[in-house]
Amino acid sequence: MAKNVNPDAPLIKQGKWKYTWHMIKVNKGCYGLLAPFMILFTIFTLVPVVMSLPMGFTNFNMIQAPKWVGFSNFYTLFLNDDTFLIAIRNTLIFAIFTGPFSYILSFFIAWLINEMHPFLKTLFTFVFYAPSMTTSVYVTWQLILSGDSYGYINAVMMDLGLFNSPQQFLTDTRFILPVVIIVQLWISMGAGFLAIRAGFQNIDKSMYEAGAIEGIKNRWQELFSITIPSMGPQLLFAAVMQISQSFTVGVVGQNLVGLPSTDYAAHTIMNHATDYGSIRYEMGYASAICFVLFAAMLLANKGVNWLLGKYLD
Amino acid sequence: MAKRKKKQVSIEKLKVSDKRKRVNGSLGGDIVIFVFLTLLGLFMVFPLYYSVIQSLKPVEELFVFPPKLYVLNPTTRNFSDMFSVAASMWVPLSRYIFNSVFITIVICVCNLFVCCCAGFVLAKCKFPGDKALNQLIVTSLLFASNATWIMQFLVMSKLHMIDTYWALILPSIATPLGLFLMRQSMSTIHDSMIEAAKVDGAGLFRICWQIVVPNSKPALMTLIIFAFQGAWNLQGGSLIYSEELKTLPTIVQQITMAGLARQGVTFASAVLLLIPPLIVFLVAQSNVMETMANSGIKD
Repeated sequence: MAKNVNPDAPLIKQGKWKYTWHMIKVNKGCYGLLAPFMILFTIFTLVPVVMSLPMGFTNFNMIQAPKWVGFSNFYTLFLNDDTFLIAIRNTLIFAIFTGPFSYILSFFIAWLINEMHPFLKTLFTFVFYAPSMTTSVYVTWQLILSGDSYGYINAVMMDLGLFNSPQQFLTDTRFILPVVIIVQLWISMGAGFLAIRAGFQNIDKSMYEAGAIEGIKNRWQELFSITIPSMGPQLLFAAVMQISQSFTVGVVGQNLVGLPSTDYAAHTIMNHATDYGSIRYEMGYASAICFVLFAAMLLANKGVNWLLGKYLD
Repeated sequence: MAKRKKKQVSIEKLKVSDKRKRVNGSLGGDIVIFVFLTLLGLFMVFPLYYSVIQSLKPVEELFVFPPKLYVLNPTTRNFSDMFSVAASMWVPLSRYIFNSVFITIVICVCNLFVCCCAGFVLAKCKFPGDKALNQLIVTSLLFASNATWIMQFLVMSKLHMIDTYWALILPSIATPLGLFLMRQSMSTIHDSMIEAAKVDGAGLFRICWQIVVPNSKPALMTLIIFAFQGAWNLQGGSLIYSEELKTLPTIVQQITMAGLARQGVTFASAVLLLIPPLIVFLVAQSNVMETMANSGIKD
């Protein structure tokens, strides 16, 4: 053992596998430090994500043993389950608004904040980030949007003479989706926003100086030719956060308009999975839904990576 | 010390001259931006502000219509009412508060410990499989717990963790986001410090906790913020059905369901949930900015 401790070149001759094994032994301290994280991570993140595929092929009600049913869950999902198709449509609508839209909004807000006095910077960062820290102020939104004439929006609109009668914002299918989108946007500036905001501070100030000498005339030119290209890594990180957030929307809707919402107007894939997973206990079917969701997230992530990578290089 | 102060002044001056050299927008543009941000900011804080105001209103003011945006006679009645409302339930409110505080502390401490250890190894050590693990972490940033909890439910029921504290605590400990941020900020620490410690005969664990961790304070604070937010807002959902194990958010939701008649109490409980994360964020804000500056994903 003692003479093997030195991880030097001659060992490579013994073959790749032996060398790897040797390196593993030399670095066992590293694995020891990694172990607590990796064990918990495997049990609670890796296994659940990977398990969703094989479980998707079964019927499982938590009491009897899972029964293999082949592709039937996926057939039902895409061909027979109209609610799922509604959920996909809604999730995509949500994803567009709380994904790209909120992403670009975060970027612009961070950009505008960045030019300000340090105190205002801190204040605005706090103001924009604060809603994403809260999950408990649905009550206020419920008051504001309440369907009787005492709901604040209804009251204001009726005073101004724009509405003849109170509108049911939380149960009328015409309003549910936009209303939930607005509340979702309200809480969507999370870690991604912070990362972008911090990214601005990273930029080398001399770049701007050089830019000014080269003849950049206004803020827009500066933004597109200096700022964005030097923020690539932060933008990628924010994109990942945004995708993860926008594809799993559902909790807000669930709290605001109920599960299921009227005519499934705000039903998302996540709501659908919750419905089957924790109300009906059809875990096989719920797993299939989750798998579709995970696959969509991975695909979206690949796509965004590719797009940003192309733009940034 | 005096020398150092002098240096700082000169840097300050440099910054000013930097600004002058930069392209600057017009004054009109500045004003437009400021007004735009203020309006948007008001939209963002209004629900938060209004919840706080509502929770302080006495009954006479709560139901005044049109509602007032300020409170004339602030009172803490709603907060004390909240406890008496909860007293008529099976479990006293203090138990829910205890549950939330307990879970939050345990999650924060464990999350920090686990992420520091693993972050140090991924940032600073070379070993077979390190590249694959790094890739895995970056990919798994996507799968935050709000996406995976239904599948976690299956795993936990197999491990007989349903309806125990474990079900609340364990899934929130090993967060990919925490590890990722820790790794990014630890990789900015100079190798020479670690080399020096190795020469002095320190083991990996000691290097990690006596050299690397004390030098990544901003990242520590950031992790605390994220872990705190997550843990404080944690709802048991279908993982917990014993009343005495439920957390504060769960009970706030139950109070909310009671409807408008108890509006004061509803808002008081919402505010109780809302305030701690805001305070933690305000305290640690500058550290967060420093950590997030390293958060970029580099290929």
